Formats: sequence, C-alpha cells, structure tokens
Amino acid sequence: MSAPLLQVDGLAVTFATPRGNVHAVDGVSFDVAEGEVLGIVGESGSGKSVSLRAIPRLLHANATVRGRVLWRGQDLHAMDDEALRQVRGGQIATVFQEPMSALNPVLPIGLQIDEVLVAHTTMDRAARRRRGIELLGLVGIASAATRLDQYPHEFSGGMRQRAMIAIALAASPALLLADEPTTALDVTIQDQILKLLLRLVAELRMSLVLVTHDLGVIAETCDRVAVMYAGRLCETGGVVDVFERPRHAYTHALLRSMPGEGAARSMLVPIPGQPPRIDAPVVGCAFAPRCAMVEARCATERPALLAQGTGHASACHAAARLAEAAA
Amino acid sequence: MSLLEVGDISKRFPARRALADMLRGKPKQAVHAVEQVSLEVFAGETLGIVGESGCGKSTLARCLVRLHEPDGGTIRFDGQDVLGMTGAARRAFNRHVQMVFQDPYGSLNPRMTVGDTLAEALHVHAIVPKSGSAARVRELLDLVHLPADAAERYPHEFSGGQRQRIGIARALAVEPRLIIADEPVSALDVSVQAAIVNLFMELQDRLGLTLVFITHDLRLVKHMTHRVAVMYLGRIVEVGPTADLFAAPRHPYTQALIRAVPLVKPGRRTGEAAVMGELPSPLAPPPGCAFHPRCPKADAGCSAEVPALSERGGVWKVACLKAS
Repeated sequence: MSAPLLQVDGLAVTFATPRGNVHAVDGVSFDVAEGEVLGIVGESGSGKSVSLRAIPRLLHANATVRGRVLWRGQDLHAMDDEALRQVRGGQIATVFQEPMSALNPVLPIGLQIDEVLVAHTTMDRAARRRRGIELLGLVGIASAATRLDQYPHEFSGGMRQRAMIAIALAASPALLLADEPTTALDVTIQDQILKLLLRLVAELRMSLVLVTHDLGVIAETCDRVAVMYAGRLCETGGVVDVFERPRHAYTHALLRSMPGEGAARSMLVPIPGQPPRIDAPVVGCAFAPRCAMVEARCATERPALLAQGTGHASACHAAARLAEAAA
Repeated sequence: MSLLEVGDISKRFPARRALADMLRGKPKQAVHAVEQVSLEVFAGETLGIVGESGCGKSTLARCLVRLHEPDGGTIRFDGQDVLGMTGAARRAFNRHVQMVFQDPYGSLNPRMTVGDTLAEALHVHAIVPKSGSAARVRELLDLVHLPADAAERYPHEFSGGQRQRIGIARALAVEPRLIIADEPVSALDVSVQAAIVNLFMELQDRLGLTLVFITHDLRLVKHMTHRVAVMYLGRIVEVGPTADLFAAPRHPYTQALIRAVPLVKPGRRTGEAAVMGELPSPLAPPPGCAFHPRCPKADAGCSAEVPALSERGGVWKVACLKAS
C-alpha cells in the first residue's frame, strides 16, 4: 500500500452549547491508505460519528475544530469553499445511517444521482441517465430504469440504503465515509449491504471508513480498526491484532463483555459504571474510573498513543500488563 | 411441564386504505402480524423468540399478556384458559405474567419516584399492606442491585442500564411466575447490556422464574436461552433447543439468519451474502411458505402449501417442506 490517502492528525472537536462546551472529540489521529477499509468503533457518545463528519467538514456551525485533516496532502480544514466543494461528493462521499432523512423525499432517486453528476462531471443528459442506470445496477437494484424515476418512499429500507450508496458513488469517489450505514437495517439486509460495500471497495479501488458500534461488523468488514472512548482514540491497528491481542484495557473489557466466548448461560463480564461526562475536560485516562486494570497514574496522567507492534498502537498505561497476561 | 401453552393464535391489524382505494372499492387489507402460532413455554426455562423487524415477535409477546387480544386461538396458563378470563382471574393472571419493555425511558412514569412506581404495583395487587411497602421496595431494589436511596429519585436521574433495572424491579414487584421481556437490552450499549443479561440469568436462578426473551440479537439468544423459536413473517419457522438449533439449523431461513450475523472474530470475511432479497410485505405475504421467494431450496411445492410446524426429533420442530 502506498502513502496514506487521508491523514487525520490531532483532531479535536468542541461544540458550544447553551450548557457549556462539549468536548466530543479530543486529539484523534488516524490514517487511511488507498483501498483500505478502516473501522471506527465505540459506544454511544464516544465521538466516532463526529470524527467521521469532521473529515469533510460536515459539522454544525457551533463546532470548533482543531487539528489537521490532510487529503492527498492538502488540509481540508484550510481549503476555501470552492476547492472543498470539489473534494466533497467528488473525491470523498458520505453515506449516513438514516437513508430516509438523508435522501430528499420530494425528488426521484434518479434526480438525486443526477445532481451529483451535474456538480462533478461534464456528462450530457443522456450520459447522466445511462450512468444513473449503471449505478443502480452496481448497487444491486433491479429494473434500474424504472427505479430511477421513483421516490424514496417507494423503496424499502435496504433499497434506500442501496440508493444512497449509488448517489455517493456517482462521481467515483476515492474515499467513502459511512456512518452506521447498517444500524437501522435487519441483520440479513445488513449482511447484504456490508457485502456490497466490500465488493465496491474491491471493484472500484475505493477506500472506506466505516463507523459502527458493532464489533462483529468491524471484525467481518474492516482491515484496520480505531477504538474510541469518550472522544479519545484508545487503540488502533489491524483487526486481527486488536481483536486477538488488545493492548488497551477498554478494548479488552469491551471484547470480554460480548456474549459468545464463555459457555452457554455463563455470567458475562460487564464493564461497571458509565462513560464520563464530556462537558468538562477529562484529566488522566477517560476509562480509569471503570477500569479493572487501573493504576495510580491513570487518574492524573493521560496515556500517550504508543506503538505496540507493527501498525498497532494503544493509549493505555496497562498495555504492558495486558501483553504479559496474554503471553 | 408447560407453564404457558399457545395454540394457533393469530393477530391481524387492519391497514389504512388511501381515499382513492376506498373510492375504487379496493378490499380492506390487513397486516398479518401473527399467523397461527403454537408454542409452549416450560416452567423454569428461558425461551428466546428471534426474528427480524416485522416478523411479529413483539405482537406475539403482547398477545401472550393480552395487551393485544388475539383474533383466534387459545392461550393456557397453568392449564387455565387465558383468553376467557375476567375479573379476579384476569387480575391474578396479570400478576403472574409480567412484561419488561425495550425502552426504559418510555415505560417509566417520569413524574413518579422509583419508590412510588414500585409501590404502585404492590398496592394494585394488594400484595403487602401499605405499611410494609417501603420494606418490599428496598428488597426489590436490592434484588436488581440498585442502592436503597434510588427509591426517592426520579427516572431521569438514572442511566439507561439503571432504568432497565427499575423496569425489571417493577415487573418483579408482584412476584410473577413468567416474565416476558421484549427487546430489554436493545437500547443499551454493549458494555451495559452484559450486566442486564447477567441480572436476568441470576434472577431466574434465584427466583425460579420462567422467561420469554424476545430479541433480534442472535448472539444474546445463543448465550442465554434454553430453547429458541425463530419467526418469519408472522409464523414460527423453527423451534428447538438453543445449542442444537445453532449448531445445525434446519430451516433455510434460520440457516441464513445465523450466517448473516457478523462474528466478533476477524478473518471470516466472505463475499457472499447469506440470503438475497428482502422481507415481503406483511400486507400481502407470499402464498405457501412465506420464505420461498428468497429460499435457495424452494420449488413449486413451496409456493402452493404452507408447511406445518412438525416434529423432527423430540422437541425440535421445523416448518419446511425441504428440511431433512
């Protein structure tokens, strides 16, 4: 794999709210290489979706963003609006969780694909229509020519998500950002959509960043994973490394809390307590109050993201102990 | 011994017609939510009911406690006919069978303290004298591992997981024999889910409860249930002991469903989707076996005949003409 397509470096997002500042993302860094599938996983409020939306600057006006987001070496957060518009939708496209609220309910699907093609290509009307049919076929929508003239409400949940992926793919982006694209779907439909995304990544040589709360989705879909907790990056690495040799106490505890490992009806191992409030800056490690491996310095000293092997890094004072315990 | 016996119950909901359809005289349509479901729940077991959205699992749950009146069929609790119950018998049944809901935010009264919510159930069923209710509330909170001072607080002061504990305590207040839990952990984060699942298993062992656990999460069902019933479009397509059914599912839909669940182990990536197509509309279910349009094994017979749920060795039942 070549140099990273996307480099996120020290990303921090703060939302100004009537009740004070909320630190949704706090110093997150990751890379995405060409053709790679990166998963960002975390529980609700971990900052995974905000991190994703910060990449193409899709956050609300009350957000203050620090850090750099380099797209092919250019900082997206320093770009003027016109240049950004070319990248957004053209080179980086986004798929959201709720296709019904992301799609325009009063426009036929074909027209919503057409808008992207008008903005990012020089195709004439006939070519755009052909491309629309081709795209619906690509995402597995049958009788594409008829479907193109239908409205979102005439599509089922799974078909809407396929249509949204078709819109995202219209201008042949190099990177697809997907924010919980299958969370609202049933498991057999989720399976179809994930397989579709993987096929598209391979066929179109795209990169994919997939945000989800489901560790199973990560394990079966992604090459690499970034684990987030309370706005911070805990651990990042290849999926096999992170799932089989977690080097952050949170990742370790999260994997252990899942059913499946122990015998049937054995007691699961929950994580006690709640994630910290993020309306005040967290001192030390954010996971410390819930952590079974906590030590004195965790309460005061924020752990740095340190290499734990090739392409594997974690921000945990207990990393060495986790490695010893596994050995 | 079966505590609850369900025979052939069905529930349809009339669908709204558009004005134009009414004028054209189109017939009234109905959502076939539950179709001729027969089921037994054995005393002391955990029965899982799984299926995707719209398969009728929640409607079935609500029929079991008569939150919906089934259109037809029979329900027997401890040998007694439930659907004909009135007055005192009905109240006694309500006490013996309790429900825990998915949304711990929506199912608790926000303006009542936790103590009042729990005591209300005690008073309705006149289980303890008013003077004794405070002690029973403390006992209930202890049972679900909440601190005693929770009684004076309001639901909004608790996290999602804690609220679900309150919902469970409320169900336990009347000392039920059967608890029907409809997606009780689906709204919770994974790390919190585990604690609630543990609580269900612990309470079942301590109190000898019978539990019907309705969920779309197959990993949970596999972990905590003794038997599992799989529903598709209003019908049970397979029911059997959990370990056997997960090891060697026989109905093609069960096979697809299990294959579609992503494992938490990397390295199983395949390109093939477990099953093609989408759920048909419950307004117009396909003729014959409802799964036949998506089924790789289907032939002409499958669209002609609704397969009966028939025994394949002991307590294992499958509704498929093609299953071995």
